[in-house]
Amino acid sequence: MSVPTQLLIIFGTLFGAIGGASVLIWFERRLLGVWQDRKGPNRVGPLGIGIVVADMIKMFAKEDWVPPFSDKFVFIFAPTAVMMAMLLGFAVVPFAPSIHVIDLNIALLFFLGMTSLAVYSVLLGGLASNNKYALLGGLRAAAQMVSYEVFMGLSLMGVVMMTGSFSLVDIVEAQEERGWFVISQFLGFFVFIVAGLAESHRLPFDLPEAEHELVAGFHTEYSGMKFGMFMVGEYLGVLLISGMIVTIFFGGWLGPAFLPPIVWFFLKSSAFICFFVLMRAAIPRPRYDQLMSLGWKIMLPLTLINLMVTGAVLLWM
Amino acid sequence: MIEAVISQIRTTWHVLLHTFTKAETVQYPEEMPYLAPRYRGRIVLTRDPDGVERCVACNLCSVACPVDCIALQKTEDEEGRWYPEFFRINFSRCIMCGFCEEACPTYSIQLTPDFEMAEYDRQNMVYEKEHLLIDGQGKYPGYSFYRVAGKAIGGKDKGEAENENPPVDVHSLLP
Repeated sequence: MSVPTQLLIIFGTLFGAIGGASVLIWFERRLLGVWQDRKGPNRVGPLGIGIVVADMIKMFAKEDWVPPFSDKFVFIFAPTAVMMAMLLGFAVVPFAPSIHVIDLNIALLFFLGMTSLAVYSVLLGGLASNNKYALLGGLRAAAQMVSYEVFMGLSLMGVVMMTGSFSLVDIVEAQEERGWFVISQFLGFFVFIVAGLAESHRLPFDLPEAEHELVAGFHTEYSGMKFGMFMVGEYLGVLLISGMIVTIFFGGWLGPAFLPPIVWFFLKSSAFICFFVLMRAAIPRPRYDQLMSLGWKIMLPLTLINLMVTGAVLLWM
Repeated sequence: MIEAVISQIRTTWHVLLHTFTKAETVQYPEEMPYLAPRYRGRIVLTRDPDGVERCVACNLCSVACPVDCIALQKTEDEEGRWYPEFFRINFSRCIMCGFCEEACPTYSIQLTPDFEMAEYDRQNMVYEKEHLLIDGQGKYPGYSFYRVAGKAIGGKDKGEAENENPPVDVHSLLP
């Protein structure tokens, strides 16, 4: 691949991801409006899409306050960490047969590692704020994300066993002959989607920020663009998890030939973004202990059963 | 556990079905919502069919008002009619409860279906009689207190009101 195309893909992915995340600000509100029988933002620009710009102006114009009692360096570093980790995660997503920033042979591990690094952002943000609500939020985030990470990784191992590779391109290509992994690895898919929700700490698993009990959780003390980075990071997480679900379980770019592969990828991803918003519209937030017991008592055994059955079937075949 | 999962899936499905229902939103400034005639909004003072103000300055509205936003002073004209010298409603206090309307014995004070009273200056929320008084009769057309009341005013003596018998002559024994 030539250097200009490579650069084009890199910057395309970078700006596409950030642009997509900011459009998601508007898209989510509109979609929530549809499901809650109201209109959502519809004043600025066609269908209200100007709210993205309005929101950005608002964020930049707000007082960017660093609390004097906070741990300043960590406080400023925390919101950048989530952006960096999530954007690095996009590097391994294969959008189409040759459109990907890099085809690592450990892409899946790289993705899991990057989502794990995003925990630091929430954790450090909560810790550096020196505020009890933020600390409680950070505490919850750490426990929730670390424990859901365990079986998020394990749920993908069935796919890895069937493919025999950690490379996402290989995984997508394997689905061409085996069929989408959502059928053969349904348990894995189910666990991954729940863990993905928890990992991007979106509703219904938004306990780290639980606004009715923790003010705003880990980002209580954040304002202006620092808060904006947390928000964009969260939306980037949604995009990344949707992209990964599509890549791993729904055949990535595969689809009937009347549309180009990249369009199939984006169509499938949008369906999962809608699903994320639907979860927010429909499911109430569980209690913290319910969340943990769901994780360790149900999700982890399910993943292990899935892993054992997959292994047994592969050995027997 | 299984029940809980089914319940969650059912909820999600029902929320998804809302994709096909219409939004309840009324796009307010462009699209005005229907307000019933008995909607409790801005307060007005009405006039009787002769065009004279109905208020007799009895102070009952002021007494009924739970937030004490009505202030008035009674005075009398040369015919013996009572009317308020000033009538002042502080709408920044008013809670549109309608107690004044219920208390009013002459149907004078009435609430209207209008709520667009926003002001930049708080002082402008205090309405004087000239702002409150309207030319019409409001919700009770044809009613005039002095025509049915026994009180004697100029041009109408005792016993001359509608449905009123002449006064009994207490010095006569005849029935």
